[in-house]
Amino acid sequence: MWLYVARRILYAVPIALGVTAFCFALVYLAPGNPLQLLLPPDASAEVIELIKKTYGFDKPIPVQYAIWLGRALTGDLGVSIATNRPVTGEVLGALSNTVILSVAAVILAFSLAFTLGLLAAWFNGRWVDRLVTGFSIVGVSVPNYWLGMVLIIVFAVNMNWLPATGMGSKGSESFRLTDWEQLRHAILPVVTMSMIPLGIIMRTTRSAVSEVLNHDFVQTLRAKGLGEFAVLRHAVRNALPAVLAVMGLQFGYLMGGSILIETIFTWPGTGFLLNKAILTRDIPVLQGTILVLALIFVATNLAVDLIQTAVDPRIKRA
Amino acid sequence: MTDITFGAANPAKVDTAPPVKVRGYWQSVAYRLRYDYVTLVFGFIILAIVLAALLSPWIAPMDPQKTSMVYRLKPIGFKQFTLGTDELGRDILSRLLWGGRTSLLMGVVPVGLAVLIGGTLGVIAGFIGGKINMLIMRTMDIFYAFPSILLAVAISGAMGGGMANGMLALTLVFIPPLCRIAETATTQVRGLDFVEAARASGAGTASIIVHHILGNVLAPVFVYASGLVSVSILIASGLSFLGLGVEPPTPDWGLMLSTLRQAIYVNPWVCALPGAAIFITSLSFNMVSDGLRQAMDVKM
Amino acid sequence: MTTITRDPPKLDVVPEGDPRDRGGPAQPLLIAQDLKKWFPVRGGLLNRAIGHVRAVDGVTFQVLKGETLGIVGESGCGKSTLARLLMQLIPHDSGVLTFDGDPIGEMRGISMKEFRKAVQMVFQDSYSSLNPRLPVEDSIAYGPKVHGMAAAAAKSLARELLEKVGLRSNLFGQRYPHELSGGQKQRVNIARALALSPRLLILDEAVSALDKSVEAQVLNLLRYLKRHFNLTYVFISHDLNVVQYISDRVLVMYLGQVVEIGSVDGIYTSPKHPYTRALLTSRLSMDPDERVEDPPITGDPPNPINPPSGCRFRTRCPFAEAVCASAMPTLPKWLDADSHVAACHMHDAAGGHSRSGNPPGVLDPLHALAPAGRGPAPVVPLRPAVVA
Ligand SMILES: Nc1ncnc2c1ncn2[C@@H]1O[C@H](COP(=O)(O)OP(=O)(O)OP(=O)(O)O)[C@@H](O)[C@H]1O
Ligand code: SF4
Ligand SMILES: [Mg+2]
Repeated sequence: MWLYVARRILYAVPIALGVTAFCFALVYLAPGNPLQLLLPPDASAEVIELIKKTYGFDKPIPVQYAIWLGRALTGDLGVSIATNRPVTGEVLGALSNTVILSVAAVILAFSLAFTLGLLAAWFNGRWVDRLVTGFSIVGVSVPNYWLGMVLIIVFAVNMNWLPATGMGSKGSESFRLTDWEQLRHAILPVVTMSMIPLGIIMRTTRSAVSEVLNHDFVQTLRAKGLGEFAVLRHAVRNALPAVLAVMGLQFGYLMGGSILIETIFTWPGTGFLLNKAILTRDIPVLQGTILVLALIFVATNLAVDLIQTAVDPRIKRA
Repeated sequence: MTDITFGAANPAKVDTAPPVKVRGYWQSVAYRLRYDYVTLVFGFIILAIVLAALLSPWIAPMDPQKTSMVYRLKPIGFKQFTLGTDELGRDILSRLLWGGRTSLLMGVVPVGLAVLIGGTLGVIAGFIGGKINMLIMRTMDIFYAFPSILLAVAISGAMGGGMANGMLALTLVFIPPLCRIAETATTQVRGLDFVEAARASGAGTASIIVHHILGNVLAPVFVYASGLVSVSILIASGLSFLGLGVEPPTPDWGLMLSTLRQAIYVNPWVCALPGAAIFITSLSFNMVSDGLRQAMDVKM
Repeated sequence: MTTITRDPPKLDVVPEGDPRDRGGPAQPLLIAQDLKKWFPVRGGLLNRAIGHVRAVDGVTFQVLKGETLGIVGESGCGKSTLARLLMQLIPHDSGVLTFDGDPIGEMRGISMKEFRKAVQMVFQDSYSSLNPRLPVEDSIAYGPKVHGMAAAAAKSLARELLEKVGLRSNLFGQRYPHELSGGQKQRVNIARALALSPRLLILDEAVSALDKSVEAQVLNLLRYLKRHFNLTYVFISHDLNVVQYISDRVLVMYLGQVVEIGSVDGIYTSPKHPYTRALLTSRLSMDPDERVEDPPITGDPPNPINPPSGCRFRTRCPFAEAVCASAMPTLPKWLDADSHVAACHMHDAAGGHSRSGNPPGVLDPLHALAPAGRGPAPVVPLRPAVVA
């Protein structure tokens, strides 16, 4: 197992490097002179010279990449064109808000999806099962940003129960769980976001649980007079690792895929930051945010894999 | 009668099995689909959406670009505007009909391109194996390190908006998974004896791929790709919603959703209409893809 | 009696003097000299090769024209790998293959394309050996088309071959593999192999997966086809009965090496190598009346990655002595078609074994001859040689 752990970690390194290379290349994907993209339009000649030096724009591209990577590794992701503030600070500030959304959404999705998936597996083939399965297809087909809009229309515009957008009057710098005002603002985005992993968690639960239920030993247990509840508990215990793994992966996915929902709800997380960067063509922020989000995604995948091998030694990998 | 030419009794007894109606793989898939009514219904919905989009110049009641200051943001059923008007007084119904064109195009074209490119790369990686496989698949892994929407946003965000850039971004998003599916299927097929037998009969790589590999790789790739169409439509309208896809004033569902968002307090349900169109289309593609998956029963 | 009442076959019986023959009747059809194939075993942090499976390790033999050479050996001893090497489906690491006097894969030798026409193979697994997406007649016609035959001609050849292997072409030709039984699929496989009019057919466990009755039918078909098409067979099987039935000569493999080779009668009535004798005894032991008390061979075959030094059989051989661990017994030089030789120090007058030149007689019970002090090791018995 330790060999697997070591190899899995080793394997993540080139991927992480590839991710940095891709993010570095984004500047070259953009039309126009990369130098221009990194500078505000009214930059003075001295500033241009300075930037040229520090980024090494006069050097060959691999050298530029090395310079850029070295700075990124020390936490320097450049300066925002729009706000003139360091990108790292902007991204980190937004990150916590996205983490709050994602964690809450995954937990909500899990409690809902696990129950539904369990029901579907228990009533295998019957109408409950079909309803739940159909629901999960609807879940993956619905454009979540539209769902957000519909929720706003229903709960904010028509019924006026919940705030539509933003994080509340106290501003967006920090989120406190004790602040009811802020919690109310989080409800709609969290519910919307929880729809994204709902379908897949449900399906995973359903297949894992029904696999256990179909095992011969469960039939034996039943024949021996084990209660239905005990059978169910047994099935849940066996299905949980797979479902939790999916949950972990989905958390990483939500962290990176929050842009549309944060835009709809003007929730000041990384997705919203990304959207602002796109609108203002703030390439340094775009680049930095994407780099951080992708690395988080790589890290969660790695962590989930490792935890799974540690928890479930049956999973033997070559 | 004994066949005297051979000196010995011909032991090659003729097998007398009853004649069976022989049906090829794709025929039996079609046969199964014929009795899958749910899939058929959603198939017809897709057909209707495609027809509506294609015929929009003739069936749209109004010019989708014609603005009117007077008729701004009218509700559903207002005068001649069956589904109301948008913030510039344009007829929503007409724009929805026209908008189907870009949405369908953005759903199908990137997936088609990705099937071609990703499928080819996957078959090459799977068939040749070794270092080439390593190179191709590890490169794909890098793109797997991005959530799909983030990758699409990154590429089209850097390159700037526009439909072509959006399609390119989506194509790049879909190449890795299709490549992986094709690679897995190819690797499995490559090790089977009939491929060895084909090589033993002197066939070259290209011939073996065309005659023996593709036929077996196509089914899983096709099933997977059919599921991606709905994803593509969702991401594409998401890009348009962010201002990265189709550019105004072209009618597009994602773009309509984005501009109508400002009017959410004035005329909420009209604002939700384009999203409903996206939802129905994507749901139909998902249902049909699911039906296909079952009909093709891909066990690869 | 048979029901073939149709036009005379267009595929004529190959005349006595086969026009494809180059070296004359005395020239062996195929000569393998010191063939080697080691598969790397990967592992460790960086997936480097950390060892090698010596699947085929220095194999030398000849296949005579018109004969059936049987190859037997335990599972994993390298039979299939040898077959793949003979077919050149995988390259050999070292050694020389000569086909009818022409070296393969060398300048001035026979070209790979010609060789591929002359040597064909019938695979073991009838399930995976046919393309599931092609009607079987297309599978048969594929080879000739590769070699430039027009599509229509290839198709009619395929249908004719289907008849030859006992399948009515208008009934079976358009079927897909999953619509055929195992025996029918194997017949199709044979037809496919015949489509290029090969001279040598390598049959790797060609009947092993079939029911006994179907197996007998296919074996008879093979005998018929051999005469009809002037074929030479290399027949690989772990079923000693089948090999005895069909072979003229038999080659016994153990852990990637040839341990004994000789005529079928010689091998079956007076086996020389202790391994061969054990194999044959274990076959007899299937019959409850003749079952011996102790299992004749004990233990699993050793790890092919780290084979024993000296004689590879010594870990399981009741006659093993010090010399067996220090020196590897070699096969005496092949003399003629009737030679019967074994790679064992006891059968080498200068072998240095206490029984050199005076090997145990055929009828001696093996365990009684074992040196004193070497009790029978009660480990897992060798898997039965005959599949029920
Ligand atoms: N491609 C390969 N890579 C690595 N090892 C291999 C490969 N092919 C075969 N081997 C190993 O080589 C040895 C010989 O295998 P082979 O298939 O030739 O045995 P066999 O005699 O045909 O056995 P069986 O009777 O079970 O078919 C085995 O130990 C096998 O694990
Ligand atoms: S050489 Fe020695 S160990 Fe090998 S078979 Fe002969 S007697 Fe047995
Ligand atoms: Mg084998």
